[in-house]
Amino acid sequence: MTQHRCWVYGDNVNTDVIFPGRYTYTLHTPGEIAAHALEDLDPAFAANVQPGDVIVAGHNWGCGSSREQAVTALKYAGVEIIIAASFGRIYFRNCINHGLLPVECPELHTLVQTGDVICIDREAGIITGCNQAFGIPPLSPSAQRILDAGGLLPMLQQHFEQVRVNGGSHNGHSR
Amino acid sequence: MSGRTFAEKALARAAGVPGARAGDVLDVMPDLVFSHDNSAAIRRIFEQIGAPGIAHPDRVAITLDHASPAPTTRHAQNHAEIRDWVQAQGIAHFFDVGRGICHQVIGEEALILPGETILGADSHTTHHGWLGAFGAGVGRTEMAALWATGELWLRVPEAIRITLNGAPSPGVTAKDISLRILGDLGADGGLYRSVEFAGDTLAALPLDERAVIPNMMAEMGAKNAYLPPDQIVFDYLEPRRTRHYTPLYPDPDAAYAAEYHLDVSHLEPQVALPHRPDNAVPLSEVAGQPIQQAFLGTCTNGRLSDLRAAAEVLRGRRVRCRFLVIPASAAVMLAAVREGIIDTLLDAGAVIGTPGCGPCMGNHMGIPAPGEVTISCANRNFRGRMGTPDAPVYLASAYVVAASALNGQISDPREVLA
Repeated sequence: MTQHRCWVYGDNVNTDVIFPGRYTYTLHTPGEIAAHALEDLDPAFAANVQPGDVIVAGHNWGCGSSREQAVTALKYAGVEIIIAASFGRIYFRNCINHGLLPVECPELHTLVQTGDVICIDREAGIITGCNQAFGIPPLSPSAQRILDAGGLLPMLQQHFEQVRVNGGSHNGHSR
Repeated sequence: MSGRTFAEKALARAAGVPGARAGDVLDVMPDLVFSHDNSAAIRRIFEQIGAPGIAHPDRVAITLDHASPAPTTRHAQNHAEIRDWVQAQGIAHFFDVGRGICHQVIGEEALILPGETILGADSHTTHHGWLGAFGAGVGRTEMAALWATGELWLRVPEAIRITLNGAPSPGVTAKDISLRILGDLGADGGLYRSVEFAGDTLAALPLDERAVIPNMMAEMGAKNAYLPPDQIVFDYLEPRRTRHYTPLYPDPDAAYAAEYHLDVSHLEPQVALPHRPDNAVPLSEVAGQPIQQAFLGTCTNGRLSDLRAAAEVLRGRRVRCRFLVIPASAAVMLAAVREGIIDTLLDAGAVIGTPGCGPCMGNHMGIPAPGEVTISCANRNFRGRMGTPDAPVYLASAYVVAASALNGQISDPREVLA
């Protein structure tokens, strides 16, 4: 069980405000990218976020562009878990591919406020906030395997390392 | 047992399995994968994977369109890294600065065909449903994985069916239909879903306009969108295609999670208010809003029919605000030059830019100042989208954008055309 401070946002928060398009081809380092996280929505976020903080949002978090910096900007800022009523579909995949746990929870964003602390028990699959407990819904086996590997890049690195050692083919790597 | 949706059929084909149902997770081998200016970042991920090389360079396309021609040294370096990579990996389909926007160019080159699957490192890959392909956007790391292995896991989405009936009245286009659908169903109205279109409106829509609808469905959260291909599509593809294809159609008894019907015959032009594409209202509710800039272009509405619509509105007249025109491709620009459309637009006071994405996502070529209002043909008007959070963006059709440029305020094109 771990404790996490919440940053709470509403519905339909899009990737342009999570990480503005004007930076997508010119900023590369984790520090540069994290410095602009949520810049056009909540300028207080990048300055005050601490490792271990979580995002708690409404419906369709991360809709819009496919840009991965909308995930990595939060990851580099220390966020490991994003809880939302629902996610933009590419954003959901980008989370898993970068080793962040996306948790679908329709209620939590209506209960907590920015600065509140919630408890997360990843092993038991339970989030507790405002004296209420919510289950963490299981991912598909394909997604869980990527998350367990720490993300898609580490999973592919392990896979191609095995291919080199065994001299085998690379079938079935992506699930 | 019910019949199958388009998505179920297309993903079963792409995975090489006899049948699939919504909810199945499949390893899919797309017929084409593509990326754009983000290819340098994808290359940097790919080089960490340890793969020997791109698995199927014949199935990879790259287009330089998002910040093109390069506005800064850093963007130019980005382009240089991509050109070098294309050469090193023998990537089959490369389109350099000025050729046009990825989605438009792929259509012109017939690189993807009906029934096929295309994955792009771009959220508007839903676009390719215009000719009956399965198109979905992926992230950069997933594109690196696709380069390395040629395949990716996809969950077969549940589908919704949108039936369009009637013919739009003059001055009303596929853009207005799309904005109305977004307004009615909302920004998550198609979340995780295959949005499959039906109805008699589609056959009457000019080919040029059709892509607007699946392109805009990305703004509803759709995984993919689909228009049933007809003889007009087949005739377009015939002189361009380099391989055979088999179009796919949903079964009449396919199971849909939801149904939506829209009669477009009495639809008036629509405008999406800042800062959301689903914030759509009838034009009459926002007419008179002053603007400082009008932008005609993008993968949504930068095609010949859009430039033609603007010329129709502006012939013999002068605009009253900055009017940026950026054709979606070099082919569109050339056709517009030959038709005299560019003459007409220049006479009216337009500024013509290099084919590409232009200022759509705030990179270059027409970024508004804080406080300035833009009306744009694009698909997105999120806060900050065009470069600064303090510059509101309205979305509309080419007709409405041109009429608004003419008056310096949001205006009804039907009053000009009448």
